[in-house]
Amino acid sequence: MSTPEKPPVMCALCNRALVPTQVNVAYLGNAFPVELLKCPTCGQVFIPEDLALGKMVEVEKQLEDK
Amino acid sequence: MEQKDLRALEELCIQECAPPCAAACPIHVDARAVLLDLAKGDVDTALNTLRRTVPFPGIVGRICEQPCRVVCNRGKVGADVKDAPIEIAALERACVDYGVVKVDKNRPQPKRNKHVAIVGGGLSGLTAAHDLARKGYIVSVYEALDPLGGRLWSYPEERLPHAMITTELSLIETLGVEVHLNTPVGEALTLDELRDHNEAVYLAIGAEAGMTFGLALDGTGKIVVDPVTFATSRDGVFAGGSLLRGHAAQAIDSIADGRRAAISIDRYLQNVSLTASRVGEGSVESCLYTRVDDIAPAAIIPLDAIVGYSRADAEREAARCFQCECMECVKVCEYLAHYKRYPRKLVREVYNNLSIVKGTRYSNQMINACSLCGLCAEVCPTDLDTGAINLQARETMVAQKRMPPSAHDFALRDMAFSRSEAFAAARNAPGTTSSDVVFFPGCQLSSASPEQVQQVYAYLGGALPAETRLGLLLGCCGAPAEWAGRKDLVAENLTGLREQLQGLGNPKVVLACSSCIRSFKARLPEVAVLSLWDLMAERGLPAGAQPGNGRVVNVHDACATRHEAGLQDNVRALLDRLGYTIEELPRSKARTTCCGYGGVQWLADPVVADKVVARRVEEGSADYVAYCAMCRDFLARGGKPTVHLLDLIFGTSGADFKTEAERPALGWSQRHENRARLKRDILTKVWGEPMDGPDPIDTLRLIVSAEVRARLEKRLILDEDIRRVIAHAERTGRRLVHPDTGRYLATHKPVAVTYWVEYAPVGDAYEVFNAYSHRMEVVEDPPKQGQSE
Repeated sequence: MSTPEKPPVMCALCNRALVPTQVNVAYLGNAFPVELLKCPTCGQVFIPEDLALGKMVEVEKQLEDK
Repeated sequence: MEQKDLRALEELCIQECAPPCAAACPIHVDARAVLLDLAKGDVDTALNTLRRTVPFPGIVGRICEQPCRVVCNRGKVGADVKDAPIEIAALERACVDYGVVKVDKNRPQPKRNKHVAIVGGGLSGLTAAHDLARKGYIVSVYEALDPLGGRLWSYPEERLPHAMITTELSLIETLGVEVHLNTPVGEALTLDELRDHNEAVYLAIGAEAGMTFGLALDGTGKIVVDPVTFATSRDGVFAGGSLLRGHAAQAIDSIADGRRAAISIDRYLQNVSLTASRVGEGSVESCLYTRVDDIAPAAIIPLDAIVGYSRADAEREAARCFQCECMECVKVCEYLAHYKRYPRKLVREVYNNLSIVKGTRYSNQMINACSLCGLCAEVCPTDLDTGAINLQARETMVAQKRMPPSAHDFALRDMAFSRSEAFAAARNAPGTTSSDVVFFPGCQLSSASPEQVQQVYAYLGGALPAETRLGLLLGCCGAPAEWAGRKDLVAENLTGLREQLQGLGNPKVVLACSSCIRSFKARLPEVAVLSLWDLMAERGLPAGAQPGNGRVVNVHDACATRHEAGLQDNVRALLDRLGYTIEELPRSKARTTCCGYGGVQWLADPVVADKVVARRVEEGSADYVAYCAMCRDFLARGGKPTVHLLDLIFGTSGADFKTEAERPALGWSQRHENRARLKRDILTKVWGEPMDGPDPIDTLRLIVSAEVRARLEKRLILDEDIRRVIAHAERTGRRLVHPDTGRYLATHKPVAVTYWVEYAPVGDAYEVFNAYSHRMEVVEDPPKQGQSE
């Protein structure tokens, strides 16, 4: 996933900018590596709306029909 | 579902049965397909379709006796005067007259080194010769006269031009058949000799010959022939045509005999069963049902039997064929129409879907998208209930642990809410320990109209005999679990209901919701139930109902009441008493349609549900009256002004019909809050129970604009989900922030769904700007701090 120049959100708990990090997302026992913005201190991960309602729904549906 | 069950269900769907014309034709010419192409002007394709089954179409088109025409459904159209059936033979002839033979794709099969002798060069013998030569056998025809054709030459020239006979029969030699003219079989050349040099013989010598070749004869002196295989008493010798049928034999029967004998000879030479799978050969009755009462009459195009049709007239006559098919269920069902399936195809796909072990199950959504409304079974000539198949499939998917988690989750959570402390309650009448009658309003009437539930309870107190102890039961009938294929949850819910009813002294149950009535009758047969509408029809309306003053309304029957004729009549009686004039919808009562809520269709396939409601709202010109809370809201959301019957019975003063009918459908958050409020209100007012302190999460005040509210509804995100996210974020401090706007973005996963909420505190409230959700979850590696508390 492409990372915007300026991260749209920052961690309110740690008051830090999020940094692109490789994390795993999983559904129904299947895990995929994906690069997401993550707080380097507390580990909060940001899943943007377009990802949640786009690609994620698509993959969820595919996995549900497997 | 077992393979044999699948077969039985498939058999019930008759859509793929041959139409009457093809069934009646002894060689099953697909006249429907031929006429379809001809009507479109594609005469070449029509001709080539014809040639697939008819060996000599130019001849047959001129002399066929047309058993097809006798049964043609066009002849059944019309009220007093029936249409003439279609001139099928003349149209077949027109195919030959105007069509061009395409390159023959059905090349003869590779040569087989086996010899077959055909005795008799008439239609029957030449059909057998044609079919066997195409299969690669070495075929010789022995004809007593010269030329080939037998009794074809007895037709007058104008009916069957000699040139046509010569041209079409020349095909035989083109196929490599060896023709022996002036070669009678009997004395100079005996059957024994033929049999010695050939592996099989077909006797098709016509009626005149009167020869018996030493074969076994019946009492009348005719050669004994097996009616299915055309085998005679002698091994490898078959017989058919007018030899068996006599002078009155129809040409088309002679052709059919030749074809069926050729099938037997092929099997005989391949040493396989002559008798297996031969049902349906010859002229049979069609099992296809085709409705004709909605077909417009169409006059026959005049035919000059000698000249035949002009090409244009042939196309016009062919256009009178209305392409017989059943499709009764598909015509009335948007779901089947959307998925472009009739039950036979659907059943096969459902079965395949359930059988997949590894790989994508493409039919999951189709199975879940059916509303289970039962209309298909109602209109089906064989009562096939496609919904019942889909429901069974869902139950199987659940059992296989293959049901997509997202398919019914929202509806099941709604059901769980109805069964939770927030709503569920069972109370005997105040001051009593047992009830004679309890009111069970169900979940969605309580969601839509908590005030009306209280009004009904008050009404029942007055309408029932004074000594009646009237209790209340708030809960769920289990319909959503049933629709989701969750037999376990249905059973669990029933156990709870039984216990509650026992605690209430096994009272009679008054039901206001159509789905509840269906569920109770099907699953709690030991419980005496009474619909509110039946009760009101008997006991009278409450005072203060809004008079209808003759206003015309259409009644939308709930699909769950399909077989509740008495209830449907009582609904109409109540409307009549209120002063409304009822115009029946084209599809009502036993043939009513679903609103899109049934079977959780709206959740599994919103596109189909929208089509279902769009069609329904188009059907009536007046405003609708529904008597199911969900029907009311789904029809209103579809743009049809619709009132609930209770709106009229307990019409709030001042609110006129139109305002009531056009009020927007309720959102899901409101539905939860209304249920919770109903419980608090009625238990406080009637039972004097102290109101428990509300759940602190519910006190978290939200500010939601109309635009955001609409988005939340569409995304099925409830206020309670949002409150949980915000409460979690505010408590833990874990949230993100937009540096530019200062708005927070918080996330939380209460159970299976992860919610994201963009919000900002405003005084003691929280303004919500956006929310979305997903089911995938982030798996931290290595896990750092706990994902949630």
